[in-house]
Amino acid sequence: MKYIDEYRDERIARALVAQIARQVTRPWVLMEICGGQTHTLMRYAIDELLPPAIELVHGPGCPVCVTPLEIVDKAIAIASRPDVTFVSYGDMLRVPGSRSDLFRVKASGGDVRVVYSPTDALRLARAQGERRVVFFAIGFETTAPANAMAVWEARQAGLKNFSLLVSHVLVPPAIRLLLESPHNRVQGFIAPGHVCTVMGYREYEALSREFRVPVVVGGFEPLDLLEAIAMLVAQLEEGRAEVENQYVRSVTCEGNRPAQQVMERIFEVCDRKWRGIGPIPQSGLRLRPEFTAYDAEKIFGLEDASAEEPAECISAEVLQGLKKPVQCPAFGQRCTPENPLGAPMVSAEGACAAYYHYRRQAAATQGRAA
Amino acid sequence: MKDRKRDFQLSCPLPLPARDMVLLGHGSGGKLTAELIRDVFLPAFSNPILARLDDQAVVSLNGLRLAFTTDSFVVSPLFFPGGDIGSLAVHGTVNDLAMGGAEPLFLSAAFIIEEGLSLETLARVVASLRQAATEAGVTVVTGDTKVVERGSGDGLFINTSGLGRVPDGVLLSADQARPGDQILLSGTIGEHGIAVLAQREGLEFDIPIVSDTAPLHTLVATMLEVTRTIHCLRDPTRGGLSSALNEIAARSRVGIEMDERAIPVREEVKGACEVLGLDPLYVANEGKLIAIVEASVAEAVLAAMRQHPLGRRAQLIGRVTDAHPGLVTLRTALGTSRIVDMLSGDQLPRIC
Repeated sequence: MKYIDEYRDERIARALVAQIARQVTRPWVLMEICGGQTHTLMRYAIDELLPPAIELVHGPGCPVCVTPLEIVDKAIAIASRPDVTFVSYGDMLRVPGSRSDLFRVKASGGDVRVVYSPTDALRLARAQGERRVVFFAIGFETTAPANAMAVWEARQAGLKNFSLLVSHVLVPPAIRLLLESPHNRVQGFIAPGHVCTVMGYREYEALSREFRVPVVVGGFEPLDLLEAIAMLVAQLEEGRAEVENQYVRSVTCEGNRPAQQVMERIFEVCDRKWRGIGPIPQSGLRLRPEFTAYDAEKIFGLEDASAEEPAECISAEVLQGLKKPVQCPAFGQRCTPENPLGAPMVSAEGACAAYYHYRRQAAATQGRAA
Repeated sequence: MKDRKRDFQLSCPLPLPARDMVLLGHGSGGKLTAELIRDVFLPAFSNPILARLDDQAVVSLNGLRLAFTTDSFVVSPLFFPGGDIGSLAVHGTVNDLAMGGAEPLFLSAAFIIEEGLSLETLARVVASLRQAATEAGVTVVTGDTKVVERGSGDGLFINTSGLGRVPDGVLLSADQARPGDQILLSGTIGEHGIAVLAQREGLEFDIPIVSDTAPLHTLVATMLEVTRTIHCLRDPTRGGLSSALNEIAARSRVGIEMDERAIPVREEVKGACEVLGLDPLYVANEGKLIAIVEASVAEAVLAAMRQHPLGRRAQLIGRVTDAHPGLVTLRTALGTSRIVDMLSGDQLPRIC
């Protein structure tokens, strides 16, 4: 397929791998931030191709995985109400809350629908008249503009039955947390191409300067990732720490200004808890006070609900890149996609699920060795 | 600066309690379906014929080998590009018989109708079912009608059962794959699932995607004319190619290796899957089959398939191996290798 197959070309991939192998003189630990990138690395077994000196660890960029438990619980509470149509992206339905998940709510009679975009939720709200429609607005800077736009359109149209359950998170504060951790091992980052398509990469230049760490904005196809890895290795070997853009066909330095403007108009930055990681200051988005009429937490009086996650699985260490999923004793045993112990086993973009689906066998060998 | 440094909290959700209710995923043809069969149905009805877990039961009566199968159809919407619930109800059951090597003979048809369904719709479905049966050379010899209250059904559900005759010397089963066997696929994958999804969700593509629903018994007969020693046939319906091959790998206790580049997928299906974040390996087909054959006859069977209208784009897509029993692996476009797992439930569109 045009514009896809070109980025999956074996010959060019081998050439990039050879280039990386020529440049590497010592071990480097690299992190891809985004779950979509993890998915591609696993789906194409790209780590198999790389020289052993390059270690890839998987970042906290799976929006499904990091949505905090109490937000999932709130979603379940709202979706269980007979007067609500609850609308979500598909992969949030399996994420376990404290006692249930949205699939079970649906099986028990809740009106839970899967859509591909918040515009679909808006359309449902228009069609349903009085009945309340709540959209589960999760994700990084990638999904935030479309969700902001839905709120804007709802206000323009005078829709009173549409609201959002917001749990947006921001990438740069999470990278900062990783870099400030005393256990940090990551020496170079592949920044998330879709997030940077919206936000540009100015924020990453500040991080790169402050922590002297190279960052390459990377795409999502196999050749994108190999090229981004090659660029990071070149920086590390040459002692440079800059922000470079591999994903030039989509990302500009300033990003998508109109998208940023609509986000800024509707949302404001707030502290946010990340599942498996904990609270990160100034790492989330919430609706601005003038849009509280569209805030499902306020409408349904759920602002104060909270939930504590018992220490059971090692997802924090996985999301921090300290451990590989296979180093968890529960991996593939007590923790599987059918019975996830932690969120990274739930979403297709979660590091544990990606290992489970694509690399279980090789992973088992590595796990034993480790 | 030092006081700003802190470590991560180790925290993670507990697993949900043991499954207490049926979820939609239990009907996906993936691992949850397999669990339901293993934990609920097999213990209740345990017998050697059922235990084979093939798409059809093959029973012997006075030397006559009969294939017997049943299938229920709950597709939404009832009409989709390339077919409807009526033609699907014939093709699905005919194909379950054909995968046992049987010549399909008789069908039953049971209609569970939701109160309020328009008679015109019902008549269209019935006409389509009749036409599909005529074309497939099967006779509907018995049936049943039930009407349920509005809200208790999705317009119309159909169940068909089928009876067919299995020729002598034909022994097809998911436990017959042997290391060294070759894997043939009769054509492009993913069309049915994407066609139905697109119709249901109101998605429009430049080139419309049409369901591949078709009766496969004449293609099977053509293949059996080449050799009676085909080891296994499966039609990769719900759960797609990957689920069908995972079942074979598990039942035959063999490994399976596929070559991604050999698997034919139409450009428009590839495009739709890229946009929706779906993997065509898991998307349903209703007019395709997988054949596991001895290497010595693979070329001849493949050539015969390509002579048949439903096998023109047939391909050799992989091989059976004694490495990694129970696992299906894929040689990717980059020349690396990865596992192709069975999904636990339905394939869910990814968020971004």
